[in-house]
Amino acid sequence: MISLTSPVKTRAHGWPAGLKLAGLCAATVGLFFIQNLAVHAGILCVIVAIYASAGPLFFKTGLRQLRLIWVFIAIVAIWHIWTGDIITGGTVILRLVSALALANLVTMTTRLTDMIDVVRVLTAPLARLGLNPAALEMAIALVIRLTPVLAQKGGNLTQAWRARSPRKPTWQILLPFTVLALDDADHVAEALRARGGFTPMKED
Amino acid sequence: MEKNVALIALFAALIAALGLIPKLTLGFGVPITAQTLGVMLCGTVLGSKRGTLSVLLFLLLVAIGLPLLSGGRGGLGVFATPSAGFLLGWPFAALVTGLIVEKWRGGSLAVVAGVASVIGGIVVMYAFGVAGMSVALDKSLVEAAVLVTAFIPGDLIKAVIAGMLTAALFKARPASVLSRYAA
Repeated sequence: MISLTSPVKTRAHGWPAGLKLAGLCAATVGLFFIQNLAVHAGILCVIVAIYASAGPLFFKTGLRQLRLIWVFIAIVAIWHIWTGDIITGGTVILRLVSALALANLVTMTTRLTDMIDVVRVLTAPLARLGLNPAALEMAIALVIRLTPVLAQKGGNLTQAWRARSPRKPTWQILLPFTVLALDDADHVAEALRARGGFTPMKED
Repeated sequence: MEKNVALIALFAALIAALGLIPKLTLGFGVPITAQTLGVMLCGTVLGSKRGTLSVLLFLLLVAIGLPLLSGGRGGLGVFATPSAGFLLGWPFAALVTGLIVEKWRGGSLAVVAGVASVIGGIVVMYAFGVAGMSVALDKSLVEAAVLVTAFIPGDLIKAVIAGMLTAALFKARPASVLSRYAA
C-alpha cells in the first residue's frame, strides 16, 4: 500500500509536520472569513504558483485532486449563473479549490511516519482516559497490512462464485466476506496475545 | 484487549476493502459505494463502542494520507471538500446504529438492524453531511438537502442489506454479533 505523499522531494518535506497541520487549520478557517472575490483569486494564484514551483509532476498530481470537487464546482457554477449572483458563486468556487489545494499540499509534502508521530503526540493525553498508545499504533499497522489481505480474500470469493454460477455476484457474497474478517480478527488477537499483547506480563 | 484491537482494526480494513468493490450504479446513474455499508455493519455487528472506534481509526488513516476511500481517495484534501460533513458523520452514524441495536432487544434482528442502519447511517449521517455542504457551498440547509436526495435510495438499499447481513450472521454465528451477544 502506498501513501499519497509525493515522491517529488520539496523543501516542505523537511518542515515539522505539526507546524504544517497547524498552519493548514489556521489557513482553512481564514479562507472562510474572506468574502472578497479578488483576494480569493489572489490566494489561489499564490497556491498555483507554489504547486508549479515544485515541478510539473507535482503540479499534475495536485491537479488530479480536483476530481474530488468538480461536481460541486459545476453545481455551484450552474446555480449562480441561474440566479445571476456571479460574485458569490465565484467566491465559493475559489474558496473550495483553495481549501482543497492547501490540504492536499500538506498531504503531498508530509511522510506517513511524520504524520504518525503527530498522531502519537496528539493522542498522548488520551492515555489518561484509558487509550493504550501501543494498541493505537498496532491498530494503525494492522489496518495498513490487512486491507490488501481482505481485498485479496474478497477477490478469491468472487472468483469462487463465478466458477459456480452464471450470475454475477450479489450482496450475498458479503456474508462470507464478513465472516472471513471476523475469523481473521480471532487469529490476529491470538497472535498478539501469544507475543505478549499490550499489557506487560505479570511475574508470578 | 487484544481481541478488541484486532476486531476494530479488521473492521476498519473491511471498510477500506469495501471501497475496492466496483461501484454499483442505480438505474438513474447515481453511483453508490459499499463503504457506508461498512459503517452500518460496524454499528450493527461490533456495537456502539467498538464500531465507533473502528470508523474513527479508518478516518484517521485516511487523514494521515492513505488512499483508503473508494476510488483511491484520501489525504487531508477529502476533509476540505463539500462532502466532508458526511465523513465526519460516519463515527456518529456507527455510534447511533450500534446503540439502537444494543438497546432494542425485541423483534427480528434483521428489522432492528435495518431500522438502526436507516436512523444511524442515513438520518444521522445526512444531518452532518447536509450541514457540511451548506457551510462549504454557502447554501441554505434545505438547498443543500435537495442536492443529496439522489443518494438516499442507494443508502436505503444498503441499510436493508446491512439488516439482512446482520441477521444472517447472528443465525450462523451468534457469538460474532457483539452488539447482541456480549453487551
